[in-house]
Amino acid sequence: MRNMLFLASALAVMGLAFWAYRENYQTQQSQRTVRALQNEIGALREALSVQRAEWAYLNRPERLAELANLNFDRLNLLPLDPGQFGEVVAIPYPAPPAPVADLPEGAIESPVDVVGTRSAEGTAP
Amino acid sequence: MIRVPLRPLARILQARSKGENPDVIERENLRLRHEAMRDKARARAEGRLLVLGLFFFVAFSMVGARMGLLAASEPVEPATASTDSAIVAQRADIVDRNGRILATNLLTSALYAQPPLMVDPQRVAVELVKVFPDLDQAQLVKDFTGTRKFLWIKRKLSPEQMQAVHDIGDPGLLFGPREMRLYPNGTLAAHVLGGAGFGREGVHSAEVIGTAGVEKTFDTFLRDPANNGAPLQLSLDLTVQAAAEQVLLGGMKLMKAKAATSVLMDVRTGEILSLVSLPDFDPNTRPAQPTSGDPSDSPLFNRAVQGVYELGSTFKIFTIAQALDAGLVNVNTMVKTASPMTWGKFKIRDFHNYGPELSVQDIIVKSSNIGTARVALMIGAERQKAFLKSLGLFVATPVELMEAPGAKPLVPRKWPEITTMTVSYGHGLSASPLHLAAGFATIANGGTLVKPTLLKQSQPVIGPRVISERTSAIMRGLMRDVVTHGTATFGEVPGYFVGGKTGTADKAKPTGGYYKDKVIASFAAVFPITDPRYVLVVTLDEPVDTSTGEARRTAGWTAVPVGAEMIRRVAPLLGLRPAIDPATGAALTVAQVQE
Repeated sequence: MRNMLFLASALAVMGLAFWAYRENYQTQQSQRTVRALQNEIGALREALSVQRAEWAYLNRPERLAELANLNFDRLNLLPLDPGQFGEVVAIPYPAPPAPVADLPEGAIESPVDVVGTRSAEGTAP
Repeated sequence: MIRVPLRPLARILQARSKGENPDVIERENLRLRHEAMRDKARARAEGRLLVLGLFFFVAFSMVGARMGLLAASEPVEPATASTDSAIVAQRADIVDRNGRILATNLLTSALYAQPPLMVDPQRVAVELVKVFPDLDQAQLVKDFTGTRKFLWIKRKLSPEQMQAVHDIGDPGLLFGPREMRLYPNGTLAAHVLGGAGFGREGVHSAEVIGTAGVEKTFDTFLRDPANNGAPLQLSLDLTVQAAAEQVLLGGMKLMKAKAATSVLMDVRTGEILSLVSLPDFDPNTRPAQPTSGDPSDSPLFNRAVQGVYELGSTFKIFTIAQALDAGLVNVNTMVKTASPMTWGKFKIRDFHNYGPELSVQDIIVKSSNIGTARVALMIGAERQKAFLKSLGLFVATPVELMEAPGAKPLVPRKWPEITTMTVSYGHGLSASPLHLAAGFATIANGGTLVKPTLLKQSQPVIGPRVISERTSAIMRGLMRDVVTHGTATFGEVPGYFVGGKTGTADKAKPTGGYYKDKVIASFAAVFPITDPRYVLVVTLDEPVDTSTGEARRTAGWTAVPVGAEMIRRVAPLLGLRPAIDPATGAALTVAQVQE
């Protein structure tokens, strides 16, 4: 009986030692992973800050004005002007469509155009 | 425990038989017993003291050892705990009121040399000069072959330059990481931002410190790690600032002015939305402070804050506002304006002769010096001084710029009656355009003091009352009259109800006296005057308008058109909708869309 007890405790010690060994190495491995991830996060944040700086540099008002001038033919962009503000009542809304008579039930004669179209003349339709 | 009896029978009997007192034995035994008890207690107490002493010794040694360890160890980031900190730079960004970047950091490298490690100093010098043409080859060879162990070659390198230096391939050339301050918008808001430079430098890092402007004022804030990288948000608006700079530069060239400045301020909060001073500079390559000559000729000079000028007739608004507020006059009171007005040995003249008398309203509209001087005499020196002081015109502006506290207005030391009269129309007292803007904001916003600030405010700041609500309304009416049929008729911008006041002041000679043909022309405008939102001050230095073939220098021909154009450009950007009668239909222009 006593021998059994010795054997059991020896086995338990070996098992625990093995477990502790494994845990130790797993912890070290996780720490390495965390460190690598943190380095990566740091590098990405750094890259982000560089990109933010670059974004700000490319969007500086001076350059945008220059680009707007260069592409004036295509874009027709001008500085914001008081004349570009309008009143809602000044917008010429299309007249309501005339009521359609004598349609068989369920027939779709004139599908509703949900996408607006621009007329070639440049006036609102 | 076996106790020794106090009265051992054998000894007692023995003593009795000898005829001695047995109590002596008892006392003796009692004494011995007490001594034994005392010794035991003492030993125990000493033992306890020893244990306690040991405990304290260990505790303090622990504390000491821990302190020593903390002091001596290199700081390390906690490796296992997750960090939320997003600090990547040692200096926080500066952003405008909408979060657009005005100043940020960029990683770069510094180049240094360690001559003892160098393989071929001659070749290195030749190659380096090829990469950096500004270096001196002979000097480099001297440094590399001399006794020096270490020298800096370049503080900031571009990636291309760094690659070129790598390609030289000499082990004696080394790189150190550097953070550099970058102002992506170039010259935009240069005077507000100021600039930054390197402080203490080491191989692995260098301190970035602010050298001027908000960079210097908020240096501690920007470098405080406790902010966790939070940016400094200014009240400036990037787009508005850009538009204002563009318009002012155009106006300055058109009017052949030497310099120009403009301040756009929110009348309720005192937030500065744009602050321009021309000529300007690029804070990325901030020029050195001039060591000789007039500091105001340097582009570093911030005219809006540091430039104190006699601002001329714009001050009449303050005089009339005070007189109205004190109930000395009303807008229809007639004041004598016969020109010239003689006061002792001084003569005061008007630009034109306005006849024998003018109403207070016309004094402002036509800008009569004599009328204003007579109103000022009614007010008196003491009250005038107190009023100008309450407007903040006697002290430097509290704006958060390093340069601001040094720019105190020039206030006459003595204040005789002639000073009262000249100050009433803006001569004899020099203040900065920013002072003027704050003063106009105070008059126009309903009469509460406005303190200019460069930080974004989340709510209106109500200052102490300077003039009554009613006076403020009357003054707004007068300012509007100046634009509709007064000296600033070029200032009308359809839909924005501009009100304002012009000011043309002869420039003071450094030797005393005034120049005949050099003026400072200012236009202080408030818009929309029906519900004041913004105040704009435009000041041109030595402008002249020759568009009509005749040289005109008055503000009405120079500063006012520039101010009006600025309002026309800037007001839509500020989200102000022009008030245009919809019935006319003039508001809406149909967009021409090309397919």
